[in-house]
Amino acid sequence: MERIYLDHAATTPVDPRVVEAMLPYFTEKYGNPSAISQEGRAAKKAVEKSREKVAALLGAADPQEIVFTGSGTEADNLAVSGVAWAYREKGNHIITSAIEHHAVLKTCQNLEKYGFKVTYLPVDEYGLVAPESVREAITGQTILVSLMHANNEVGTVQPIAEISRIVREKGVLFYTDAVQTVGSIPVNLRELGVDLLSLSAHKFYGPKGVGALYVKKGTRLHRLVHGGGQERRLRAGTENVPGIVGLAKALELAVTEMEEYRPRLTALRDYLIARLFASIDHLKLNGHPAQRLPGNVNVSFAFIEGESILLHLDQKGIAISSGSACTSGSLEPSHVLLAMGLPHELAHGSLRLTIGKGNTQEQLDYVVEVLKETVARLREISPLYRAETNERGRSVGDVH
Amino acid sequence: MYTEAVMDHFTNPRNVGEIREADGVGEVGNPVCGNIMKIYIKVENERIVDIKFKTFGCVAAIATTSILTEMVKGKTIAEAEKITNRAVAKALGGLPPQKMHCSNLAADALHKALDDYRQNRRQSAPQVV
Repeated sequence: MERIYLDHAATTPVDPRVVEAMLPYFTEKYGNPSAISQEGRAAKKAVEKSREKVAALLGAADPQEIVFTGSGTEADNLAVSGVAWAYREKGNHIITSAIEHHAVLKTCQNLEKYGFKVTYLPVDEYGLVAPESVREAITGQTILVSLMHANNEVGTVQPIAEISRIVREKGVLFYTDAVQTVGSIPVNLRELGVDLLSLSAHKFYGPKGVGALYVKKGTRLHRLVHGGGQERRLRAGTENVPGIVGLAKALELAVTEMEEYRPRLTALRDYLIARLFASIDHLKLNGHPAQRLPGNVNVSFAFIEGESILLHLDQKGIAISSGSACTSGSLEPSHVLLAMGLPHELAHGSLRLTIGKGNTQEQLDYVVEVLKETVARLREISPLYRAETNERGRSVGDVH
Repeated sequence: MYTEAVMDHFTNPRNVGEIREADGVGEVGNPVCGNIMKIYIKVENERIVDIKFKTFGCVAAIATTSILTEMVKGKTIAEAEKITNRAVAKALGGLPPQKMHCSNLAADALHKALDDYRQNRRQSAPQVV
């Protein structure tokens, strides 16, 4: 059976052109960039060319502002902890939001153990942070504002440029986790006006195990990994040369081909949402209807649970994600959906379908058919379904 | 992650539904934690002659209630009382550790249905004046 992959926010397949660009750096140009031999110099050159490419594609002023890391998570840790410890003398207050990726949230929680104070800003029902709430939260002790560019679960895109003007005005550093947006929507450092920004190659058809952090010139950071002097001493360890080459190549392809894919993915997204609402009742769209990532669809189905839907679809050849507790590996469903005010039962019944370059409208038609059948089946088993629909007046199922 | 038996009961759940004039009904869980299991039993001569279930929940929640109904059908009340959550998980060839607590409550729902049955019987017993 042909598999239909609708989990591109989790990871993407590596573009064959990226693989091709990486291959020589495994077997032929395998030198250590820190070595002074010809082999070392060739590898070093590849890393620096990649750095220049990434800097140019993001609109950075200087290639030295790009630090390669082992993942988006590592970039998140380096940005948040790195700024916190470097500016500890200036203040101990960090502002972030309730819907950040765990790589930021858990880093903040860890810093709280060491005396840092963290404000977790609330979001509205669409997952948006109010720019004014950032202004109000800033105190004389604030050293960092860390807000994600777009949310990985619901796809809501934050007004980062608007917020960064407020943060800059107050003289506070601003970091944005752009792991979901880089390669998906235009990301320009000059327009965003942030001091730090992270990205991850495997989210835009690049390899896993490599990410990058933009660090604006003049921003101090404490390193997390000690050792050699790689990456301006900010990230010790022999560079992942094939990965870095792959990251740069993937970013180049994503940016140059964005105008081709972005409208297509947006149209497929809106088509899928419309078809779901036309085919299935008692469902809710999570996230902002318009201010959302091109390929992201996140919906909650009342009366049923996400893992059950997910595994039925998996058996029918469809790969998706869910925000239910069962798939998050904890007893609580998605912290993002709860922060947006969704009741627990609807958070348990949420699905994330993220469309990528390889998906077609025909595939989406099949997915809607399978979902319709699966939802009906699970509702037939659910003790909540009939009880709710028999009630007079407004029921829990009326979630629009 | 899940055994073949779990996937089989999840994909083809046995004894789904409600019993209209059930002799006992038991329910555990709540929507907040993402699991509700409801068991209906029909009893004749202290033997469970029919059992049905409805479940809101994950794969493990559906599979455990489904296999429980197979384990219980035809058993006497005394035999059914001895069925534990652990025995249900064992019958499925095991469950992932994180599912042992939150999703493995089918036997609790059964025991509630048995309590309900006993209470109903006491109330409907002929009054000796």
